[in-house]
Amino acid sequence: MSELILILPIILPLITALIIKFLWKFERIRYLILIAGPILNIYYISKILTQFNAIPIKLDLITILSGLNISLGIEPISMIFLLMVNCLWLIATIYSVGYMLSNNEKRLDNFFMFFSISIACANGAALADNLLTLFIFYELLTLSTYPLVTHKGDELSKKSGRTYLLILLGTSLCFFLPAISYVYFLSGSLDFIENGLLMTTMGVNSISNLQLSILLVLFIFGISKAAIMPFHSWLPAAMVAPTPVSALLHAVAVVKVGVFSIIKVIVYTFGIDLLFDLTIVDLLIILCGFTIIASSIIAIKQDNLKKLLAYSTISQLSYVIIAILILTPSAIIAATLHLIAHAISKITLFFAAGAIYTSTGYTKISEMDGIGSRLKIVMIGFSIGALSLIGMPILGGFISKWYIVESALDANRWFIILVIVISTLLNIGYFIPIIYKVFFVKNTSKKALKKLPITINLAIFSCCILIILLFLFPNFFIEVIKNEF
Amino acid sequence: MTEHLPAIQVMIPIVGSLLIMLIRNNTLNWLIGVLSCLSVVFCSITLYSKVAISGAISYAMGGWEPPVGIEYRIDELNALFIVMISLASCIIILYAKNSLNNEIRANKISVFYSMYLLCLAGLIGILSTGDAFNAFVFLEISSLATYIMISIGQDKRALVAAYQYLIMGTIGATLYVIGVGLIFVITGSLNLVDIASRINDIELMRPLYASLAFITVGIALKIALFPLHAWLPNAYAYSPSVGTAFLASTATKVAIYLLLKYLYLVFGYNIIYSNPLFMIVIIALSLAAMFGASIIAIFQSNIKKLFAYSSVAQIGYITLGLGIANYNGLIGSTVHIINHSIIKAAIFLAIGCVVYKTKETSIKKLAGLGRTMPLIATCLTISSISLIGVPGTVGFISKWYLVLGAIEQGWWLVVISLAISSLLALIYVGRVIELIWFHEPEKNIIVIKEKLPKEMVIITIILTLATIYFGIDIRLTADLAKVAVENVLLAGDIL
Repeated sequence: MSELILILPIILPLITALIIKFLWKFERIRYLILIAGPILNIYYISKILTQFNAIPIKLDLITILSGLNISLGIEPISMIFLLMVNCLWLIATIYSVGYMLSNNEKRLDNFFMFFSISIACANGAALADNLLTLFIFYELLTLSTYPLVTHKGDELSKKSGRTYLLILLGTSLCFFLPAISYVYFLSGSLDFIENGLLMTTMGVNSISNLQLSILLVLFIFGISKAAIMPFHSWLPAAMVAPTPVSALLHAVAVVKVGVFSIIKVIVYTFGIDLLFDLTIVDLLIILCGFTIIASSIIAIKQDNLKKLLAYSTISQLSYVIIAILILTPSAIIAATLHLIAHAISKITLFFAAGAIYTSTGYTKISEMDGIGSRLKIVMIGFSIGALSLIGMPILGGFISKWYIVESALDANRWFIILVIVISTLLNIGYFIPIIYKVFFVKNTSKKALKKLPITINLAIFSCCILIILLFLFPNFFIEVIKNEF
Repeated sequence: MTEHLPAIQVMIPIVGSLLIMLIRNNTLNWLIGVLSCLSVVFCSITLYSKVAISGAISYAMGGWEPPVGIEYRIDELNALFIVMISLASCIIILYAKNSLNNEIRANKISVFYSMYLLCLAGLIGILSTGDAFNAFVFLEISSLATYIMISIGQDKRALVAAYQYLIMGTIGATLYVIGVGLIFVITGSLNLVDIASRINDIELMRPLYASLAFITVGIALKIALFPLHAWLPNAYAYSPSVGTAFLASTATKVAIYLLLKYLYLVFGYNIIYSNPLFMIVIIALSLAAMFGASIIAIFQSNIKKLFAYSSVAQIGYITLGLGIANYNGLIGSTVHIINHSIIKAAIFLAIGCVVYKTKETSIKKLAGLGRTMPLIATCLTISSISLIGVPGTVGFISKWYLVLGAIEQGWWLVVISLAISSLLALIYVGRVIELIWFHEPEKNIIVIKEKLPKEMVIITIILTLATIYFGIDIRLTADLAKVAVENVLLAGDIL
């Protein structure tokens, strides 16, 4: 029976969603439920984690065909991912209560319902034990975030919603699904297996390099949630959503499910040894490098803060992919660490952007002269997040960048080092001017500020703590993954 | 008694339809319709379980032994389709009562029920008969009944649609009969099993190919295979909603079965593959259907027409499976026949509910449906999503088999086309979903103030749940289709 606990991280958010929808009219308890959902979830996840240390668990829910079943399981990377998403869900919920109320957003019950459903889907993707399950939750995540993107309901958000659906569903139907059926055709199974499904069932020699290259390209482009160019434009489009959505979903849950899926596919479906000599890997590394630099350059030109953050996300996601493509065990650790570091840092930045909007109504960087003196906590949080992404020591982002550089050096991938150096300079180029502007340029406008709700400050503060904790105790994550590889 | 089941299940609806013509009470007639359909369901399920245990059944009509007399031949494949057709018609007629009262004139309702049963009889006849000419008779019975069902529609254009279908259908039937005539001249037999056994000894190939071509084109008109689909969108759009749901989930499917039967059980693998061009044409037309019809569907402004074009595209999937012609491809086709009829029944019945309240089929009336009729809107959304082939819905199962079949043949172009046509489906379905959930409802959109009749809502919900249930539990769909394909279609040939 103990395997059944694996369903809880999916079921609990769904129950939360239902309760929120139906008990929304009771004002006293609704916020209690909102907070109780994530806390319960974190509790059960930590329970799963302690159980996992003893024995690996697996749960078959439904078998559709032989080798084609919906099943849940857990391994180190998914464990870390699960923990990260749910902790940030708690913080984002606290934040969004304050944000949505002070901005007078409408249809809050719908908003929080779809918010919880999206988390359920992200958790499902994290727990997926085969490609089909992963694919199902991947698609459900797209569908359940669509109402959040179009939450405002005006023409612009409808148009963005269309781009969002078309690119995400389109690429997954055109590339991801054929790739999955090809894997099934080759190996008769879709399970994630240690050392890689194709590696174990086919071996190195019975599958040609051309087949492998085609499959890899189909997977990398099919999982367009990872926003590798040219399928990245859904992410800036999704920024029309309310800021908590951009923060949790488009900096953490949705995009990270994409990157996470790519990690899973490369490690557990292909097996890193199988891909080692392929030329296509070099080409993909160049493409990722291009994505990193191009999107950083675009980010520099942005005046809208959320758009800037979106392009910065695109470049940081490619960091993770480029790290996986080094294809060594230490590189996978580096990729996972960067996944966490970026998630925490980027959510802080989005929280800050949302706080600025709540308090002043500003969305453009050019308007933000000197607001640092008036929004101290917010802007210090912003600076910490930004510096962490640049890779300053004592902050989480430093650790992951360090690991990426180290594994690139080990593998003699000088191109990657070059890309990282250039992009760090570009990072400085788009973050430092903002920090300078808000703290050191004199404010001329005398616009009155709205007081920020305590929950917003609290959320930003706790994120900053997490960033520093990640720098101090990265071993907590590293050890978990090291056991596996 | 049970040995006469093959004849009884055709006779019940015919008797029912005659009874309905004699009685002039709409409610009583509805009851007769429901009872006939229920008993057909009972017969067909009994028959299926019999066939599943003891293998194919041959029934000599009127005691005249085949090959001279008319033979009814029930095997796993057509028994499965008979169960499907009878279940579909039963569910739809349960839904029909209030919808028809609302949509068509009271004095026409009895005629509709009568034709509904007659059409059902014709369809079951086509499925069960083992005689080439008898199949033509049933084809005409079901078609004539269909013409009348379409023309009963309230819209004036229904008459034009029915006339259009009449002309096209008659041309199709004529071509079919010419083909059958040619076969009769060559082989001297009308019994399909008998023809199949003699056909390999024929040395005169040209007339045989001619008859294959005539029969294929004739049936393709009934199937509405692109580009012979012109009758279908109008017929679906202007007939009463119940009629649309019935046609979409049964009529074209039966015609596809007939084609399947001729290709694999009568002519056989050797002949249809003696010239590769034949299958290439079928595949090319299927792909054209998947793309052409989907693209046309994107630009429709009538909601029923939109889904009618989507039907043409989905028929392309089914014939594509015939063209792929390996184990997985054939399973894909067979399963998609079943799955698509579930999906389309759900969609058109949901649209029937919308029409009941708004009295119109313009796509604009869907705006804001999520707020005015949330339950029906959810049903419509779920069942249209399963058209795209999202995993967890029935659409995925059939596409999965088709893709596997295409990969097995190494036809990557077909795999990619399958993917791209799903994308096109995503666009037209996305348009509907966006209208339903993200647009403000127009004012005064609801014409009928009273609540939707309960049975209409319940049946729509049941069918919608079926699109999900059979996407997860495939024991009753794909597994049975697998048995049918193994035992019937591939019995001697490929495997």
